[in-house]
Amino acid sequence: MSTPTRTEQNLGADIAGGVGESPLRPDGTLKVTGEFAYSSDLWLTGMLWGATLRSPHPSARIRSIDITEAVRTDGVYAVLTHDDVPGDNLYGLEHADQPVLAGDVIRYQGEAVAIVAADHPETARRAVNKIVVDYEVHEPLTDPEQAVFDSTAPALHEGGNVLRHLPIRRGDPDATADVVVHGEYEVGMQDQAFLGPESGLAVPADDGGIDLYIATQWLHVDQKQLCRVLGMPANKVRLSLAGVGGAFGAREDLSMQAHACLLALQTGRPVKMMYSREESFFGHVHRHPAKMRYEHGATRDGKLVYVKAQIILDGGAYASSTPAVVANAATLGVGPYKVRNVSVDCYGVYTNNPPCGAMRGFGAVQAAFGYESQMDKLADALDMDPVEVRTRNALHEGATMPTGQVVDSAAPVEELLERVKAMPLPPEPNASDLDGYDLRLLPGGVSNTTHGEGVRRGVGYAIGIKNVCFSEGFDDYSTARVTLKVNGGDAVATVYTAAAEVGQGLVTVQQQIARTELGVEQVVIQPADTGVGSGGSTSASRQTYVTGGAVKAACEQVRARVLRQAAKHLDLPASQLRLHAGKIVSADEAVVAAVVDVLGGETITETVTWRHRPTHPLDENGQGNAHVQYAFAAHRAIVDVDVELGLVRVVQLDCAQDVGKAMNPDAVVGQIHGGSAQGLGLAVMEEIQVSGGMVRNPSFTDYLIPTILDMPPMQVDVLELADPNAPYGLRGVGEPPTISSTPAIVAAIRHATGADLTRVPVQPHHITGTP
Amino acid sequence: MAMEFLRPATWDEALAAKAEHPGALPISGGTDVMVEINFDATRPEYLLDLTRIEELTDWSADGERLRIGAGVTYTSLIADLADRLPGLAMASRTVGSPQIRNRGTVAGNLGSASPAGDAHPPLLADDAVVEAHSARGVRHIPITEFYTGVKRNALEPDELIAAVLVPPADGPQQFAKIGTRNAMVISVTAFGLALHPSTGTVGAAFGSAAPTPRRATKAEQFLAAELTESGRWDSRAELDPAAVTRFGALVAEAATPIDDVRGTADYRTHALSVMARRTLVWAWTDYRRKRVRTCA
Ligand SMILES: Cc1cc2nc3c(=O)[nH]c(=O)nc-3n(C[C@H](O)[C@H](O)[C@H](O)COP(=O)(O)OP(=O)(O)OC[C@H]3O[C@@H](n4cnc5c(N)ncnc54)[C@H](O)[C@@H]3O)c2cc1C
Repeated sequence: MSTPTRTEQNLGADIAGGVGESPLRPDGTLKVTGEFAYSSDLWLTGMLWGATLRSPHPSARIRSIDITEAVRTDGVYAVLTHDDVPGDNLYGLEHADQPVLAGDVIRYQGEAVAIVAADHPETARRAVNKIVVDYEVHEPLTDPEQAVFDSTAPALHEGGNVLRHLPIRRGDPDATADVVVHGEYEVGMQDQAFLGPESGLAVPADDGGIDLYIATQWLHVDQKQLCRVLGMPANKVRLSLAGVGGAFGAREDLSMQAHACLLALQTGRPVKMMYSREESFFGHVHRHPAKMRYEHGATRDGKLVYVKAQIILDGGAYASSTPAVVANAATLGVGPYKVRNVSVDCYGVYTNNPPCGAMRGFGAVQAAFGYESQMDKLADALDMDPVEVRTRNALHEGATMPTGQVVDSAAPVEELLERVKAMPLPPEPNASDLDGYDLRLLPGGVSNTTHGEGVRRGVGYAIGIKNVCFSEGFDDYSTARVTLKVNGGDAVATVYTAAAEVGQGLVTVQQQIARTELGVEQVVIQPADTGVGSGGSTSASRQTYVTGGAVKAACEQVRARVLRQAAKHLDLPASQLRLHAGKIVSADEAVVAAVVDVLGGETITETVTWRHRPTHPLDENGQGNAHVQYAFAAHRAIVDVDVELGLVRVVQLDCAQDVGKAMNPDAVVGQIHGGSAQGLGLAVMEEIQVSGGMVRNPSFTDYLIPTILDMPPMQVDVLELADPNAPYGLRGVGEPPTISSTPAIVAAIRHATGADLTRVPVQPHHITGTP
Repeated sequence: MAMEFLRPATWDEALAAKAEHPGALPISGGTDVMVEINFDATRPEYLLDLTRIEELTDWSADGERLRIGAGVTYTSLIADLADRLPGLAMASRTVGSPQIRNRGTVAGNLGSASPAGDAHPPLLADDAVVEAHSARGVRHIPITEFYTGVKRNALEPDELIAAVLVPPADGPQQFAKIGTRNAMVISVTAFGLALHPSTGTVGAAFGSAAPTPRRATKAEQFLAAELTESGRWDSRAELDPAAVTRFGALVAEAATPIDDVRGTADYRTHALSVMARRTLVWAWTDYRRKRVRTCA
């Protein structure tokens, strides 16, 4: 089935380029010219529009809901509450603990209470406002520390407020050291701020089922949850990927999916839902705010003896992916360093704050701000160069993580740091020349706050570590169906997966893999839907690894069949044949047949379910081989800070990252640029401000993300140290650059100002010291 | 609950429509109005579109002052008037993005009368006058009397802004604005300065640090007196650092900011004193180099 959009999508454009090259994206031109159809462009004649009533209170009990006036509104087709959910009124990625529509308890501001379908979006919104809810308002629990330690705090869920406590214990818990540094750090609540708001179109089908066109990160996990909510089998709940305008983790959980399906099934009409920017801030999970206490002990020559840490992650009202976020923060909590004695306690808790879940680099981002701040503090205490103290403790291949897992592929921590350090520095600002200024290059930018006065330069370094793919024994797989046949005289491969392209370039990489493995020029990427097995989540930097692995494996099987067939025709051993540029080539490099002739009228199809090597759960001491692969990136940040006004301009942000194999070098650099920018946002501006459980800035007026004047040029150094366990030796790319960017920038600001800066995002008054 | 869209073709028709429907909401660039409507924060019965009235997009020299029509966008103001109204042009450059500057107008900024509006500090520092028209006649409202409260102004229900009257710069002018991003940001606080050598006076005003945009009168008087008494208007001698500091402190003293999502009250006060000092030094450096016209 084709996607119902107003413009045609052609992802099968014929572009050359195999693995290791940087062919153009098949969807690139459409996106750049504004013609690409995103989920917000979905359209069917006669469709209705859905709207959502959300709780204004972070904690309340619902006494009653009166929908009379809303139902009576002209143009309204349905008004639904929790009573109208046919299946289980619960969803969630791992823990189904979140009501599709609130029953009697409200746990966060913005929780969905009722939904409306009407013939016009404005009518739907107005009808929503006519629903009368009688709330008994309660005092919200908003302090995550209280959620962990105060047993008298109200339990927001059965089983209490601690969703997961993961201890990591290794070595001697009583180890002592000559030099000890303590620190307490905080990370604010960052938003993914994708540009395409939550949207989708649910179409009721003749068989009583539903077809949902949706921007998501994982079609099959949506499907699984929807089946449960709708009380329908999987063959009745079919999902197709609509154009995704960015994700960064915010589309891992359901948003409007169940609501649109419920309304469509109720009305028998297609229903479209699309959040406004403001609603989007309430419609998806955010990055977990963190409170962290660290203690690092080291010898006088800078060798780490022990690290103790307590990390509290505020999961907000519902579980979402909190348990996995806890696992990352705990297992990666000391960073890419060798430490013999480790004691980490990481907690993920429920509060009445907005639910938090997946965001690029989750768990690792928060911890990195803690451990990298500590490494700088240690360098200060030892009067040692910050890079030196890091390289003295650098993790390397063969070293043991605090979980006992041995790092069994490249871990070039030292090399990455040395490389960013060796990159050329930008010219020093000429402080004496207050006339030769360019506002765009100064802190405060075009707002004209300095012509050089008060500006000091600082340099900071950081390195991070991230696990790639799903961990802790999760059955993490992807499915690919690859077809080869002759079309218009050429051999054409078709790749069919359910893996979500969210802007990262998976469709390009799938084409590249098929070209390389099958030696054909033309590769069509079929639209992703649930008609084929799960592709797994577009998260954890895993799609090129896992879906790429599945496509590669399926291509290999198709290739083997072509070669067997050719061998039969030619009466040659298949083992001596290979495919190249549409030809069958023999061992002595002679072209012995054309693929089109071997295929004739036949279609060869292979479907492969591909898994990475297994991982294992962690025991009660946090020990176990929980992760598939580790990935590393290092940053050097150069900042100019107006120390009197507390304004920052990041002058240069350089990165070195090992990617195992640059499958698509341009896309790799794009990920590094984008990830670094997102880390810059967390360092100096991005925060959802929450007070008393209420979001204070749900708009792009006051939730600021970096512009082109905030994001500086980058020097990027890409290493390719193959991981023998991974397809093509590749290493996940998307998340590592987000992790080290933030602490490197903050380190540079500290260097420029001498301020302590224990919280991100750094605000001007943290630097000026005015309260 | 329909909303009527009135599209007068002439100014007289616009004034007649406003007299007939005093509740009608004028719309110029729409960069504030459409946000309000989209958020359902306002639902006027009538929208009064002023964009068809061509004469509003003109500016002209009107005796001692420049007359900036209510439809003049920030983009054209920057292009045409940066030499004569440097302070207002500097402020205009900091407004939003190119798209917003292509549509947004100073009159719209005045209509909204937000304490964060960037046009206000330079208008205050430059003694602007708002020319309000109604079917009853014309009223000239001095800018200091225009802002009456948070997002409130002195317009009568039947009045429209026809133009803003601003004397061309007779001395150096500056504008600085704090934002936590290096472009496209609503001010945390902003400051406008105009030196008036021809009258020996000083204009100093700020935004986002009081319920309304506000002049720092004591600071203005202090600096004017200091420059006059020391003979510096004529000597163009370097400023006394103590006077610069005092000026900054007096500007800060005039502020009554609050803590909000964009910044703290203490930070705002502090930042105002820094911006006041710096902009004064920049303006004075310009003045010493005679880089600016010294008479109107
Ligand atoms: C993305 C974005 C960024 C922005 N950034 C900034 C910024 O950096 N700095 C800043 O100051 N502002 C900013 N704004 C706000 C806005 O652009 C300005 O206030 C602008 O000056 C409004 O002008 P307008 O012509 O669009 O006004 P409109 O939206 O048309 O009108 C604004 C108000 O003025 C009234 N009005 C308009 N014309 C008249 C008239 N002739 N007579 C009487 N009343 C009238 C309207 O009824 C309304 O109340 C931003 C807005 C957006 C959407």
